[in-house]
Amino acid sequence: MSTTFDTIADIIAETCDIPRDTIKPESHAINDLGIDSLDFLDIAFAIDKAFGIKLPLEQWTQEVNEGKATTDQYFVLQNLCTRIDELVAAKGA
Amino acid sequence: MRLEYFQLIDRIVEIDLPGRKISSEAAVPAESTIFEGHFPGYPLMPGVLLIETMAQTAGWLVVAANGFKRMPFLAAVKDAKLRNFVKPNQVLKVEATLEHEGSGYAVTKARITLKGEAVCDAAITFRVLDFPNAHMEAMMREWAARIGFPSEQVGADG
Repeated sequence: MSTTFDTIADIIAETCDIPRDTIKPESHAINDLGIDSLDFLDIAFAIDKAFGIKLPLEQWTQEVNEGKATTDQYFVLQNLCTRIDELVAAKGA
Repeated sequence: MRLEYFQLIDRIVEIDLPGRKISSEAAVPAESTIFEGHFPGYPLMPGVLLIETMAQTAGWLVVAANGFKRMPFLAAVKDAKLRNFVKPNQVLKVEATLEHEGSGYAVTKARITLKGEAVCDAAITFRVLDFPNAHMEAMMREWAARIGFPSEQVGADG
């Protein structure tokens, strides 16, 4: 069974044509991998479908814009995986 | 079609929110300056306008799904295929389905047929945002009324 990281790394590699081996848990989707907001919509769609969740992108964006969170909290991949796992757990609760 | 206003849908035929689908009708005008250039002596509806026709139909479905509280803006068109020519005076059937409602975006699929024959299809993604201002929302409501948007049915009254 693949891990959350494996799944999203595969999604990012396929969606954005980024070599899979350059995608690391510590990679920042925007700053390190150069993914822009439009490409991230495709990634979010694929993640939503793969995990049966709805990534709260608008809430995250608002928190970043208001200075209540940093982009690292949501867009460093290991942190994104943690958020996804939380959303999956909440769905099953 | 009101080509001069870039409003390409004449009539919403049906919105089925539980089924997440919409159908509309779009009549290509007999005359337009567009046909003088595209193409001289052989008038054809430009493919980009067919794509826009699909996007507007899918967009109205997103408006309905959001209870007329938010506005879809075209973000991506994928796998667009233009399968047949469309000429002046032809009446198009446009259909779209809502594949996914994400946070701040929506993914749809749309197609146009002409007398049952496939004309074009595409996957269309929208960013879904609050209306930028009250004037735009009011203008959208006017447009919606003109094309038979079922505001009461989708719980989108004022």
